[in-house]
Amino acid sequence: MRKAFCMLAAVLLMSTAYAGEPNYELSESLKASLADSKVKSRDQAIAMLAEDLSEQHISLLGKLKSGLVYADAATSEIYIREDAASDCYIRLADAQQICGIKLRRSGVSTLQKKKIEALLLSSSLSSSDPEKRAAAVKNLLESEAQSEIPSEQILEQIISKENRRDIYLNLKVAMALIKSADEKTGPQELIDCIDILEDYGNARCISALAALKNHPNPEVASHAASAAANLEFKQEVADFFEKIFFGLSLGSVLVLAAVGLAITFGVMGVINMAHGELIMLGAYTVWGLQQLMPQSLSTALFLSIPCAFMVSASVGMLIEHLVIRHLSGRPLETLLATFGISLILQQLVRTLFSPLNRAVATPEFLQGSVQIADNLSITCNRLSIIFFCLFVFAVILLVMKKTRLGLEVRAVSQNRPIARAMGIRAQRVDLMTFGLGSGIAGVAGVALSQITNVGPNLGQSYIIDSFMVVVFGGSGNLFGTLAGGFIMGIANKLLEPVSGAMLSKIIILIALILFIQKHPRGLFPQRGRAAED
Amino acid sequence: MNELTVQEKFLSGETKSFILVTALLGAVVVMLSLMPEGSFIHLPVYVVNLLGKYVTYAILALSVDLVWGYLGILTLGHCVFFALGGYVMGMYLTRSIGAQGVYGDPLLPDFMVFLNWHELPWYWQGLQYFPLAALLIICVPALLAYVFGRLAFFSRVSGVYLSIITQALTYAMMLAFFLNELGFGGNNGLTDFKTLLGFSLQTDGMRILLFALSVVTLCLCYLLCRSVVVSKLGRLCIAVRDAENRVRFIGYRVENIKLLIFVLSAVIAGIAGALYVPQVGIINPSEFSPVNSIEIIVCVALGGRGRLYGAVIGAFLVHIAKTMFTNLMPEFWLFALGALFVLVTLFLKDGVAGLLCVHLKTGSTETLTDKA
Repeated sequence: MRKAFCMLAAVLLMSTAYAGEPNYELSESLKASLADSKVKSRDQAIAMLAEDLSEQHISLLGKLKSGLVYADAATSEIYIREDAASDCYIRLADAQQICGIKLRRSGVSTLQKKKIEALLLSSSLSSSDPEKRAAAVKNLLESEAQSEIPSEQILEQIISKENRRDIYLNLKVAMALIKSADEKTGPQELIDCIDILEDYGNARCISALAALKNHPNPEVASHAASAAANLEFKQEVADFFEKIFFGLSLGSVLVLAAVGLAITFGVMGVINMAHGELIMLGAYTVWGLQQLMPQSLSTALFLSIPCAFMVSASVGMLIEHLVIRHLSGRPLETLLATFGISLILQQLVRTLFSPLNRAVATPEFLQGSVQIADNLSITCNRLSIIFFCLFVFAVILLVMKKTRLGLEVRAVSQNRPIARAMGIRAQRVDLMTFGLGSGIAGVAGVALSQITNVGPNLGQSYIIDSFMVVVFGGSGNLFGTLAGGFIMGIANKLLEPVSGAMLSKIIILIALILFIQKHPRGLFPQRGRAAED
Repeated sequence: MNELTVQEKFLSGETKSFILVTALLGAVVVMLSLMPEGSFIHLPVYVVNLLGKYVTYAILALSVDLVWGYLGILTLGHCVFFALGGYVMGMYLTRSIGAQGVYGDPLLPDFMVFLNWHELPWYWQGLQYFPLAALLIICVPALLAYVFGRLAFFSRVSGVYLSIITQALTYAMMLAFFLNELGFGGNNGLTDFKTLLGFSLQTDGMRILLFALSVVTLCLCYLLCRSVVVSKLGRLCIAVRDAENRVRFIGYRVENIKLLIFVLSAVIAGIAGALYVPQVGIINPSEFSPVNSIEIIVCVALGGRGRLYGAVIGAFLVHIAKTMFTNLMPEFWLFALGALFVLVTLFLKDGVAGLLCVHLKTGSTETLTDKA
């Protein structure tokens, strides 16, 4: 019994010692060269550490590279800082944690850092864990720095030992990269390398191929040129589709923000400058619900769609009832009054919550991305916004075309006195229509909360764009809004790399003003009696 | 509508009293500020400076009233012209520093040295001469107003569409001026001014002088606007506001009338901006922000539009309130401004000036006929 207890105690002791991590003895000369104040003496330390690449040495090299190794100048005892922000150190000799002492950092030069990097890389390339090897070679191929590739001989050794096919192929690419940069490689070998590089075709391969284009051997040069052209073309196609996709996702955001406006402004003719703030309220609803149920983010998101609709719709109906109704037929005054309301709502949010942006979490099913081709991947949240936008649009279209409310709305907007004569309560229809438009603004806010910051200025940044979409598409026409939003989104994203983000906005604005010159009633003007007033 | 039939006199009673009151108040402020330091009626110079700022806003409000009150164009971007005038003035003041800047470069302004530019862009050339700067203060806003108005009015963009486009214009200008590459100091704008026409801007005398200059400019602009309003052109403006199509059918070129008044108004706004900049000592892209233009609109609405003096009263009321709110409880200013918008549009259609008219029964019955 006693013996067993002793053993248990011993095991416990050992395990605590093990958990205490880098409890190992360094040789005196290594300690001295680490503790020395001259950076140059670190060369010696690195060489000593490189002789035996044990796990402990590797971790020490890593710490040295990130500048976390400290030394006591007096005793040349080595300490590891926990992280760059903390003030606590772990003494290497006995794994004791010591806080708040003054130590000298064992610094390394940039050159030495590179050396360490190369050491770490080749050690992880020859690691026994295949996953680690795969990650290392992947890393090697993606990184931009030329110097990180280990020498040809080392790589050759590693390749000969490799037994997993995918890692082997990637190593071959790395080998081709090295050989292509080497002047001693023969032309035939170079052409083989070019084929390998073309197959892999990432940014690094492209630059290697570009360098080979000026090779003295004409055959190699032409081969490299054609391979590079092929790759560039592929890259351009992928870039183009990526831009189109980004444009579509921006466009769907614009459509979501503008489609509520298309109802209140386009159909009812009421100009509501507080529309952006109704969007903002929707986004804050998501944030509020996530605060209420932090465990189930996706449920909160789905629940916030009807909630945001209700919140924004009721605020919108309140605005209609208290202000807009009394200003009917005076559009400029309506504009001013609703602008005042937008200021009040903004400041209200600022006072109630905070002037700072709020973090809205993205649930897991919206994170990540979908890989479509080699160099084209699409993030889930942007993809789902496109679908969400189309869904919302379809619902609105259904409401406007197939329900009693939609019929009444269209009747009142086309000819108010006649509609009233037919027994439609125009005031109630106004209220409902405005509520519908405002509620959709809230739903747009839910979508926006997933891609931008939620703050008091959220609405402001979208209101002018939304008005432009409605004016561009032709007021009173929902399909015009859809087309207008997508066209503006795609145009924005196609222009952005050419002229910069701000300038592209300005160009679009000017283009829109010029467009209105030619077509004052937008892309799809409303025809019939309602069009002219 | 009876006032349309009677030709109003240029120097009506209210014009005379406006000029008299403004000049008198201005003189009183100048006198009080010149009182010896210790005396209890001494007005501190910073108050004079603040009042000078209000006067420039009043000039801006005057220009807005000309297009909104008399032409019926609700412009949500009039600060574009104000800020452009200000930028030209700022460029002149920056150039006139010479080698006194932080980096001591005789030619390049500090921010260009900071951005590692080596030569002066062409549009900065010659701006160290005041006559050219003065010319540009008038021409740059006028040019932009002409181009914009030509595009907008000739394609018959009107009503809320026009309002939104003017707002988009000021928004776009703000974004553009934030860019460093444009060469207007980017985010920080132009500041650290030292002298105007060789006189230091930091002295009390210069500040009082600038205030007096602003008051004189206000009176001159008022007389200019007044002369436009009572002329045949002014009658046409009101006609365009109330029934645009009828004016067109009679045979007038409505676009030309609109364009002329719009450009004139932009010039006045530019002059206001040029007076504003030396008094506050900085001009940056936030002057373009849509909210500034909106504040001027609420000034005019509160004062009562279609009466030139209403805009001036409104500008003073709103900006005094703004100063008080931002000093005492800064977070409530936007509440107050928003509420002001709603209440004025709902209950005070003719503004404070309208109330005054009713109470004083001054006999001038220039009532507004609201055309929606």
